Amino acid sequence: MAADEKSPVSRGFVGRRRSPAEAERVPPGQYVTLDFPILSAGPTPHTPLEQWSFALQHGTQRLAEWSWPKFQALKQTSVTVDIHCVTKWSKLDTRWVGVTFDTLLEAAGLASPPTAYVMAYSDGGYTTNLPVADLVNGQALIVTKFDDAPLAPGHGGPARLLVPHLYFWKSAKWVRGLSFIAEDKPGFWESLGYNIYGDPWKEQRYAGD
Amino acid sequence: MPRLSWRTAEIVAVHRETAHARRLALRVEGWPGHDAGQHVDVRLTAADGYQAQRSYSVSSAPATPELELLVDCVPDGEVSPYLTREARVGDRFELRGPIGGYFVWTAAYGGPLLLIAGGSGIAPLASILAYRAAAARGIVTRLLYSVRTAEDIIFKERLQSWKKDPALAITLTLTRSAPPDWNGYRGRIDAAMLREVAFAAAEAPLAYVCGPTAMVEHVADALVSLGYPAGRVRTERFGPSGEST
Repeated sequence: MAADEKSPVSRGFVGRRRSPAEAERVPPGQYVTLDFPILSAGPTPHTPLEQWSFALQHGTQRLAEWSWPKFQALKQTSVTVDIHCVTKWSKLDTRWVGVTFDTLLEAAGLASPPTAYVMAYSDGGYTTNLPVADLVNGQALIVTKFDDAPLAPGHGGPARLLVPHLYFWKSAKWVRGLSFIAEDKPGFWESLGYNIYGDPWKEQRYAGD
Repeated sequence: MPRLSWRTAEIVAVHRETAHARRLALRVEGWPGHDAGQHVDVRLTAADGYQAQRSYSVSSAPATPELELLVDCVPDGEVSPYLTREARVGDRFELRGPIGGYFVWTAAYGGPLLLIAGGSGIAPLASILAYRAAAARGIVTRLLYSVRTAEDIIFKERLQSWKKDPALAITLTLTRSAPPDWNGYRGRIDAAMLREVAFAAAEAPLAYVCGPTAMVEHVADALVSLGYPAGRVRTERFGPSGEST
């Protein structure tokens, strides 16, 4: 990435150069980590699977709801994707298993999504907003496995949203449902200074980026 | 909302806090101010234009003229070894912020206020304590700070001066080794230690926990087990997850 014209040189800073292959996969301002950092705003919820369910909502109307066994019985899809956290780390080739948004719509008997936006909501009160256009055609899943193992609570288990083409705060941990909304509105971090959309390739980290 | 712009920061002082941690005092052109607990993005530029970004917590109080960042050296890191070993007074880099609207405390939030830090996780809590000392002294506050050894205590001088405040209780625990005359706690923070040091849940405290991932995870779980509502426990985690993949 070329420096802004105005960026002052930090005397003595060399830094690490990426290979061209890596540079192509890593958005601006990010660095690659082999670790899997955990970041969340509060304590980790521990919801027993017997009490877990996943719902599609539209206003007060429950469009569909799945218990854990029913969710596991839906068509499972495996993906290998790169993920990008707004705190600057990116992790390449992460492997997940879960249910695509398309599969959920189909299982709910919805020929098309009822609105253009959703608010994802989670145990612990976390929310994040997303355009439906960013969820369809295999772009988003509700994942329950990472690296062939059940998703650990620290990483959002039993289930988290996975929308890898947006900054990772959009991939809500401990997700329990998607609520269809007519107008886009900010979720948790989006109300606290973070970008309403969050495209890592445009470096949309904060409000106004 | 206008975009947060990159601003030039010039180092005006480098303070050695521990063998690995430096406190950088910065002069930042047009700095808009911050809330206690917020962080900033730092961008370094090499002579050939290569750039690297990382986030650091602000450790100074909002009203302090110079912005202070605490940087702990991550031995295999790209940016922190530069900022802790190479950078000196007069050097410049870029900075963008302030960032983060949740792990912040203002006097209006009230107390009792429970602050729990592990290692360099003290940085945003030091900002909260400095702000509190300047603007909200009456709010009953407890700090529980966990470090490996007595040599790893960051902000030693400030902790000493804050100790004089009767409304603030500071408790330290050393997890690896302690000098023979050590009269603080030893060992990692657990539910038993929190039962002694933290406010009872019935007092409706507001807790801020910052440190390495595993420490924050254990402390937050323990606070919930002691009856703290999850919404009253704000966390900031950093460093490796402890899982290798």
